[in-house]
Amino acid sequence: MDNENNRKQLLRWFNFILLTAGSLLFLSPLWWMISTSLKSMVEIMTPPTSLLPQDWLWSNYARTLEAAPFVRYAFNTLVITLIVVAGNVLANSFIAYGFAKIRFKGKSILFAIVLSTMMIPGFVTLVPQYILYAKLGWLNTYYPLIIPAFFGSAFFIFLLRQFYMTIPNELIEAAKMEGASHFYIWRKIGIPLTKPALATVAIFSFNGAWNDFLGPLLYLNDSELYTLQIGLQVFKGQVSTQWNYLMAGSLLVLLPVIILFFIFQKYFIQGMNIQSGSKE
Amino acid sequence: MNKRFLTYRQKEGLAGYIFVLPFIIGFIVLTGGPLAFSFIASFTDYNVASDMEFVGINNYRQLFTADQLFMTALWNTTYFVLFSVPLTTLGALFLAALLNQDVPGMRFFRTIYYLPAVLSGVGVYLLWMQLLDPTTGLINVALGWIGIDGPNWLFDPDWTKPSLILMKMWSVGGSMLLYLASMQGISKSLYEAAEIDGASGWKKFFYITVPMVTPIIFFDLVTSTIGAFQIFQEAYVMTSNGEGGVANSLLFYNLYLWNKAFEAFDMGYAMAMSWVLFVIVFIITIFNLKLAPRWVHYEGGDDK
Repeated sequence: MDNENNRKQLLRWFNFILLTAGSLLFLSPLWWMISTSLKSMVEIMTPPTSLLPQDWLWSNYARTLEAAPFVRYAFNTLVITLIVVAGNVLANSFIAYGFAKIRFKGKSILFAIVLSTMMIPGFVTLVPQYILYAKLGWLNTYYPLIIPAFFGSAFFIFLLRQFYMTIPNELIEAAKMEGASHFYIWRKIGIPLTKPALATVAIFSFNGAWNDFLGPLLYLNDSELYTLQIGLQVFKGQVSTQWNYLMAGSLLVLLPVIILFFIFQKYFIQGMNIQSGSKE
Repeated sequence: MNKRFLTYRQKEGLAGYIFVLPFIIGFIVLTGGPLAFSFIASFTDYNVASDMEFVGINNYRQLFTADQLFMTALWNTTYFVLFSVPLTTLGALFLAALLNQDVPGMRFFRTIYYLPAVLSGVGVYLLWMQLLDPTTGLINVALGWIGIDGPNWLFDPDWTKPSLILMKMWSVGGSMLLYLASMQGISKSLYEAAEIDGASGWKKFFYITVPMVTPIIFFDLVTSTIGAFQIFQEAYVMTSNGEGGVANSLLFYNLYLWNKAFEAFDMGYAMAMSWVLFVIVFIITIFNLKLAPRWVHYEGGDDK
């Protein structure tokens, strides 16, 4: 029995060391990004390259911000992202309530359509959508980037519906007896009780909108309107070998997502669990 | 019609439709309509400014008989799917098993391994372009420390696709978390019973853990295959603006489609391409679904 315990203890240590080595491996790209962003180009180009900068050139960040109007891009991105998050939270919560708590004809067929939209490759609808927005005169505006968020998306509808299903029907019935409309119930009971799920939707759609590249690339031509992703992409062309500035810029763009991740980790991880739970 | 004459049922129904109305409108305008339009337009010559000119199956015929780049794009995409999907699935499964152990600091480890999965977009692609830089990037620098002369990665047509697969492996955290959640749902009694029978760690992994998570493996395989077929942004950013990389080795399907649609404005042709992809992905998904009962284990399922 002692032998058995020793073996288990050894295995635990082995796993611990493996996990530590693995996390160093997983963190090294981010470390390299920070380190490179603080080096001079001379240092980057002259071997042997080291893990730490010789001189910590914090001024690289100021230079990067001067080289491209990142503040402007950040503002644009933030505006778009906040509207998209609001749209996604409101619309998907509203739609999901309908699918979860109201009985009406054709509901199961409609819900099957919701799920099947997840299977359609994005590019099949991308070209016709572009043509539609072009005909509407929406090219070079934010409309194509924000309006679709107000019409619900399958993944979020599905996720929120799972949550609404857990609210007892008796509660809804009781409220209806009191004369409350479904709209009132959604606002006063539905939303408060599904807050954790709404937080998940908010985080995921923040992430999606902040990182959206294809939409802005396709719809925005005027550099005044650029988002961070497009700004960074253009920046790449201008300073193609200036790795220090490129890494500083990349880090600035990734930073909000990293901060968000550490603040709302719990929700990030919950959101994924729901996705798997529903599949079991 | 006066509201008072609506029965309770009708009122309920009306409320239901009002709630799901945003989805219905969105579906018609943003999905259903575009699908129908793109199907029709795939049989035409169309550049947005011109009238649609009906050309029958010409676009499709040209794709399969005359367009060499189409075949290149299809091959590149297939290569990427064939290697990236199994590698990321295995990687995620392995990591999840490791993170499912009783080891101190587990919360910390889970956070670290999941972090890259939430990072995406141009910042990450630029980071990887730098990591993969043959002379100044971390990967070849680190390989140099142990005396290995690293490849030219994004500058060598044989290594461009492995480069992107490597980058994908870094962000397996999403799938890993799915596996982890599923593993935590496995009843402890199964493992205890196996231990009494004298099963080793590996045996427990292969005879209990893996079968119990096959539903998630299946889900992950299906979704990541669909996703891998649609690779675009990575290649667009990491080659100079969608040119397809060295020797067209990163000209993926959607990248070529993009070039046809938004560089050449050959919309009819691009839409024919999108339908070919749709059909390919659809067939593979159906194939996956049909094959699933042979290896996916559902608890409480029909175990004869």
